[in-house]
Amino acid sequence: MTVLSVEGLKTHFFTRAGVVRAVDGVDFALERGEIMGLVGESGSGKSVTGFSILGLVDAPGRVVGGKIVFQGEDLARIPESRMRTLRGAKVAMIFQDPMMTLNPVLRIDTQMVEAVLAHRKMSRREAWTLARDGLARVGIPSPEQRLRAYPHQLSGGMRQRVAIAVAFLNDPDLLIADEPTTALDVTIQAQIVHVAQTLCRDRGAALIWITHDLAVVAGLADRVAVMYAGRIVEAGPTDDVIDGPRHPYTVGLLGSVPSANRRGGRLAQIPGMTPDMLAMPDGCAFRERCPRGDAMCGSAPDVTVAAGGHAVRCFHPHDGEARA
Amino acid sequence: MTAFVIRRLMQAVLVVFLMSLIVFFGVNVIGDPVDMLISPDADQSEIERTIRALGLDRPIGEQYLYFLKGVASGDFGNSFIFGEPALKLILQHMPATVELALVSLIMAVILGIPLGFIAGLHPERRLSRGIMAASILGFSLPTFWVGLMLIMLFAVTLGWLPSTGRGDTAVFLGVESSLWTRDGLGHIFLPALNLALTNISLVIRLTRAGVRETMHQDYIKFARAKGLPESRVVGVHLMKNILIPIVTVLGLEFGGLLAFSVVTETIFAWPGMGKLLIDSLLQLDRPVVVAYLMIIVLFFVIINLVVDILYSALDPRVRLGDRDA
Repeated sequence: MTVLSVEGLKTHFFTRAGVVRAVDGVDFALERGEIMGLVGESGSGKSVTGFSILGLVDAPGRVVGGKIVFQGEDLARIPESRMRTLRGAKVAMIFQDPMMTLNPVLRIDTQMVEAVLAHRKMSRREAWTLARDGLARVGIPSPEQRLRAYPHQLSGGMRQRVAIAVAFLNDPDLLIADEPTTALDVTIQAQIVHVAQTLCRDRGAALIWITHDLAVVAGLADRVAVMYAGRIVEAGPTDDVIDGPRHPYTVGLLGSVPSANRRGGRLAQIPGMTPDMLAMPDGCAFRERCPRGDAMCGSAPDVTVAAGGHAVRCFHPHDGEARA
Repeated sequence: MTAFVIRRLMQAVLVVFLMSLIVFFGVNVIGDPVDMLISPDADQSEIERTIRALGLDRPIGEQYLYFLKGVASGDFGNSFIFGEPALKLILQHMPATVELALVSLIMAVILGIPLGFIAGLHPERRLSRGIMAASILGFSLPTFWVGLMLIMLFAVTLGWLPSTGRGDTAVFLGVESSLWTRDGLGHIFLPALNLALTNISLVIRLTRAGVRETMHQDYIKFARAKGLPESRVVGVHLMKNILIPIVTVLGLEFGGLLAFSVVTETIFAWPGMGKLLIDSLLQLDRPVVVAYLMIIVLFFVIINLVVDILYSALDPRVRLGDRDA
């Protein structure tokens, strides 16, 4: 069953300097309980995609086109009042920096209880019990005590656990995780990934894991979508994409990840920089940095789908054979 | 916390002592009260008698020690003019000033914070621009001129409100105040508004700046992502964070309102401490001036203390006990 299907999503920012097409025609779909890694470098539009789904794009940005069909409702069309009842209840989100996610002047219990009461009619006491169980579920020791704490009394990893607990309070069907491990050190990262993964699996929630870290995605996601300059350039089952990338950009990304069996060699780089979002070139946005770019790339390539649902948006894709 | 309060109170004693030194000698320099007190046609023996009666024949150092001895037992000396204890005079005038300062503080909060929120949440609206422009005027127009204009408009032209005096007072809960009567409220409105004007502007600007800064914090977005109603996001998550600087500034401003309501009290003939101070200064009534300034210093110290305690209530990251005060 499809939980979320995004079709031709466009989110543009109307700045004084011009229109920034942060998300410019993104399509993907998520099945129930599926985990999708949304990968890309900074500014590729992956976070904006997440915020668009939740209807939380800050001005001067707004969703200007496309559909976000979530359980039969187009989130891009519904009124804000309806959106509010879905946010935090059916669709939840966790953010990048756990130091900034929780309100510094409110206690953890206040912030959790209000999240429950915003969506369910129950007593404060019952909501508090839910909050306590929620904390226990994400592996926080002595949750009663932690509930009485203020955010600054908890470590970064602990706060991210709290954020995940908040996200799961109302049993959402979709969780959007916006680089939730980027600000944490590696041992904590693994724990957070594990907690989020387990909770999603147990409750059948779909998960969009936004990250620039391919290593995290490789171990977590069922499918991967690679974003570049506001578009998904390659998508497919995780193993296919990681082992046999087809888009030159994905190849470049994977090539620039250090790995243990290439010790001592020079790390590959993708030459150049991400294009200026205000003056996006026509055609393939990657062509100026692309080793395979030619005159043909001046027009926009369409998506070609290979066997197994491995899609790529390129005129000159790699053959997708597993790399040596 | 207790240690913190005790330490602060000891500091307060020191500050008040230093202030007394400065003020006592300072006032002594600006003129000889005898010239003001004695009629020009008095003869020499009469002058000397007065000087001796006031203790002014003694060396200034000795006068100060004598004054300190009095202060230790709560006696700031008698007013040269009224012949009454200076402290009693000030305490008599204090309620009028306190109620004026309180009302204008309340005005600053109930007008300044909502207007600041409007300007901060919707900065592009015309109303917001209007509010900000008005706040610049509120800052820069001189108090005395605005006071006169308020009288012109509301008292003279429209005739809605009285221009001077404190009006009827009544006793409620053991406090005599003009806040308890209709007439008193009518009288206090204009001077309080006049006094509040700069503070309203200040609060508007602080609130707006706080809202604009806090609005884009992740925790506000996270609160929205939780599906909280907008009223709770703004009224609790945003509000509690921006109240911290506002409380600090308002606390200090309250001290300022008490101490420097002089201009407003003079224009509106409000019988408060500010008016008393001006009169005493003009007549070189040293005991009253000294006592007044020492009490004001005490106010400031106490208000600072209260602000610090409020601060810790608002911001859990502030722990009073751990901090060097």
